[in-house]
Amino acid sequence: MPDLLIELFSEEIPARMQARAREDLRKLVTDGLVEAGLTYASAGAFSTPRRLVLSVEGLTAESRPVREERKGPATTAPQQAIEGFLRSTGLTLDQLERRADKKGETFYAVIERPGRKAPEIVAEVLETTIRNFPWPKSMRWGSGSLRWVRPLQSILCILSDEGGAHVVPLEVDGIVAGNTTEGHRFMGMGRFTVTGFDDYLVKLKRAKVVLDSAEREAAIWQGAQNLAFAAGMEVVPDPGLLTEVAGLVEWPVPLMGRIADDFLSLPPEVLQTSMKEHQKFFSVRNPRTGRIEGFVTVANIEAADGGEVILKGNQKVLAARLSDAKFFWENDLRVAKAGMVEWVEGLKAVTFHNRLGSQAERIERIAALAREIAPLVGADPADAERAARLAKLDLRSAMVGEFPELQGVMGRYYALEAGEKPAVADAARDHWRPKGEGDAVPVEPVSVAVALADKIDTLTGFWAIDEKPTGSKDPFALRRAALGVIRLVLGNGVRASLAEIVAGGIARHPAAGPHGMSAALDLLFFFHDRLKVHLKDQGIRHDVIDACLAMPGSDDLTLLVKRATALSETLKTEDGANLLQGFKRANNILAQAEAKDGVEYSFGAEAKFAETAEERALFAALDAAEARIGPAMAAEDFAGAMAAMAGLRAPIDAFFTAVQVNSDNPVVRRNRLNLLNRIRAVCSGVADLSRIEG
Amino acid sequence: MTHETTTPRSFQEIILRLQSYWASKGCAVLQPYDMEVGAGTFHPATTLRSLGTKPWAAAYVQPSRRPTDGRYGENPNRLQHYYQYQVIIKPSPPDLQDLYLGSLRAIGIDLDLHDIRFVEDDWESPTLGAWGLGWEVWCDGMEVSQFTYFQQVGGHDCKPVSGELTYGLERLAMYVMGIDHVMEMPFNDPDAPIPLTYGDVFRQTEEEYSRHNFDGATTEMLFRHFEDAEAECERLLAFAPDDPKSGKRIVMAHPAYDQTIKASHLFNLLDARGVISVTERQAYIGRVRALAKKCADAFRQTEAGADL
Repeated sequence: MPDLLIELFSEEIPARMQARAREDLRKLVTDGLVEAGLTYASAGAFSTPRRLVLSVEGLTAESRPVREERKGPATTAPQQAIEGFLRSTGLTLDQLERRADKKGETFYAVIERPGRKAPEIVAEVLETTIRNFPWPKSMRWGSGSLRWVRPLQSILCILSDEGGAHVVPLEVDGIVAGNTTEGHRFMGMGRFTVTGFDDYLVKLKRAKVVLDSAEREAAIWQGAQNLAFAAGMEVVPDPGLLTEVAGLVEWPVPLMGRIADDFLSLPPEVLQTSMKEHQKFFSVRNPRTGRIEGFVTVANIEAADGGEVILKGNQKVLAARLSDAKFFWENDLRVAKAGMVEWVEGLKAVTFHNRLGSQAERIERIAALAREIAPLVGADPADAERAARLAKLDLRSAMVGEFPELQGVMGRYYALEAGEKPAVADAARDHWRPKGEGDAVPVEPVSVAVALADKIDTLTGFWAIDEKPTGSKDPFALRRAALGVIRLVLGNGVRASLAEIVAGGIARHPAAGPHGMSAALDLLFFFHDRLKVHLKDQGIRHDVIDACLAMPGSDDLTLLVKRATALSETLKTEDGANLLQGFKRANNILAQAEAKDGVEYSFGAEAKFAETAEERALFAALDAAEARIGPAMAAEDFAGAMAAMAGLRAPIDAFFTAVQVNSDNPVVRRNRLNLLNRIRAVCSGVADLSRIEG
Repeated sequence: MTHETTTPRSFQEIILRLQSYWASKGCAVLQPYDMEVGAGTFHPATTLRSLGTKPWAAAYVQPSRRPTDGRYGENPNRLQHYYQYQVIIKPSPPDLQDLYLGSLRAIGIDLDLHDIRFVEDDWESPTLGAWGLGWEVWCDGMEVSQFTYFQQVGGHDCKPVSGELTYGLERLAMYVMGIDHVMEMPFNDPDAPIPLTYGDVFRQTEEEYSRHNFDGATTEMLFRHFEDAEAECERLLAFAPDDPKSGKRIVMAHPAYDQTIKASHLFNLLDARGVISVTERQAYIGRVRALAKKCADAFRQTEAGADL
């Protein structure tokens, strides 16, 4: 059983693409091999900045021969049919077999594919893989037409077994596969020959390359922690950065430096962002002061001087970056202390959207909306309005101009400098949230009010000018905004009519004109759709939500979800599921009868016309359920109401088993139909079960 | 593998070493283009010559202007007028990375002591309708060069692909010589009879041009000149290729391209004056790009830009 080793050696592969490329290489090659009739025991893929590697163990040496027999047309069939069969089989007429059967004589094609040797298959599969590799972005180079992420320089492709290693004969656009590679760009010692995966690993390490990215990550993290520990400090964990840095080096050498005292007064978020985004440094915290006081950079070389020059260079670059940041910070503080008037003026000149006015106009709307929403979320209206007026001013600050990702974080610092209340300042930071699915929902009432007002203004604005998301296009991230509203409402148990809030938002957009009402309605439907997507992740089906949406007060999302959750749970119980069937049966019989008779059987069922014990029992059960459901619903005890409803299951089932609704006696029939209506009415007071599927 | 590489003593020595290095690697050492450009890429030796199949190898210094970067000569790293060193080779040779590393050695960077990294950076010039893939090259965490494989220029696919290297000379030189403020960098040899610093040469002009760029330039005139350059470019390209006077086929691709360069610089000045709004900005960039594309189309009709 031979082992296969493939190395695609290129100029530097972007770090962010490596993980996906490893997986693609493994999948494309192994799928191709299996498709061609080979099997293998195991496969592992690896990457460094300069190589993509696949090691396949226990590959079969050749594919099994395949014999395929296909029945064709009758020998008397028209010429066209016979030609078609020849084309599809790739055979000539004299290669076909004629076989007699009851109906006459028929053509048969017997296609024999001999087993193929592994090298031939590997060469074919690898070439196809290289030519069709799904890089997110690829390029040409020199005079060639081959595409790769960056110029592909060499291919190592060998099959090795007890007999030794053999190069798989393969050429792609002038690159001939071989059994050699090279190590580290600066510390390697030229090209070397490889005989198998184990040999490859050993020789690579000797040539200063750690092949496995997980091993590089572990080495970086361990090394960084050791350096920090020795200085009495700790590294701030950042798994994303760790993966990225491991994709930038073949031989990681962590080095630790100190941030000059001049810069320690900068907010930690500024230090961290500047170091991470621009320099790919890890932040190092002093546990005694709680401040970020150092950094770890990861070099790709063991320098002769122990990294002294490299560290000095990095420190210098950082100092230049942080001088910029400090300049911005000090300028911004000056504006903040003066009440941020300069930024208020500045936002008047910034267009938010050419049909929705300037940022300043937008802030006016958000402030008014926040004031309105404040009582609903337990916030002080004046604080909410104030916070809304301040929340976006940092967009004009120099720091946010340089680091857009610090938007909000800086706003909070500047608001505090301007002497605002902490709750108002916090809203500057938190009103942007939740930024995505994983982001937490703000809970401080002022932040919640501004966060809701901000998102409602955005949504109603774009609905007013009919710029709604379509398909995959959502340039203004409106789906995210709607989900944000839903999570804010549910996360804080906000009790309010979304319809009224939306109407209030739309009314502030003159652009809506006479279509305001329909835009508001359409936006509500959009919320319903987003809510279904959101609740689906929590195991609540869309039809369950529809059943609850049909109930009054369903634009109070907190109430709606409470009801939907209870209904969803009830339908999962045996009684609940059977009750649903009973309800549907009752509903169907009623609907048919009502259609046929042209009347609505809506009241007047009387126990005195009951003929059977089951009928009487159902009357009694409905009376009892009604007595429980009414107060439970009034108290929003949906679980209690639904338990009472589900309790009807047994008497309903018994009723249908024992009683024929369509009695010959018209009085009895009418009474039974009216009884069915009571089932419908009682259940419909809880949720519209007719909307439940199944 | 240690090389004895001496540290250059002046800004000009770094330029001279790059010139002689790339000359030794077979590049035609050209001189700067005689117009105001934002980057070395605008030189027709790069933009236009990267089109068509004819092999090409050139290296040159290009004074570059970014009006918005003016800081009155006070910022240690930012200038509205600075120098780029540009290398363009078509087709890109297979050992371009090694050639580039050789140039770093030539200017005194010991590759055993420094940490050189190729970090993903996709290059795009919306005004030139051009893009390519490559890296920014880091030396000890500092970006010292841009390294790009051109894929498209002026809307045309680059076949073959050109390899482009751009060095930010001031930054690189400051790093190599350990200088903290650009104005303190020796321009010529510090032991020369008349030693000059970068500041001796450029501090005053940085002040003058900063004032000019932010407050002095007449915007109405700039707008007018932009329109003129745009119209002239299109007019030149509208001529029939056959020249009645010489009897030759002459497409005026380069003169038209000069007008594109002008329009682009005028746009940069208007931008620095803060008179172009966010929405208008895109429209102006689009107008310059349209000119660049037309010039590329025209150049492809000429001998230098044709497919052989």
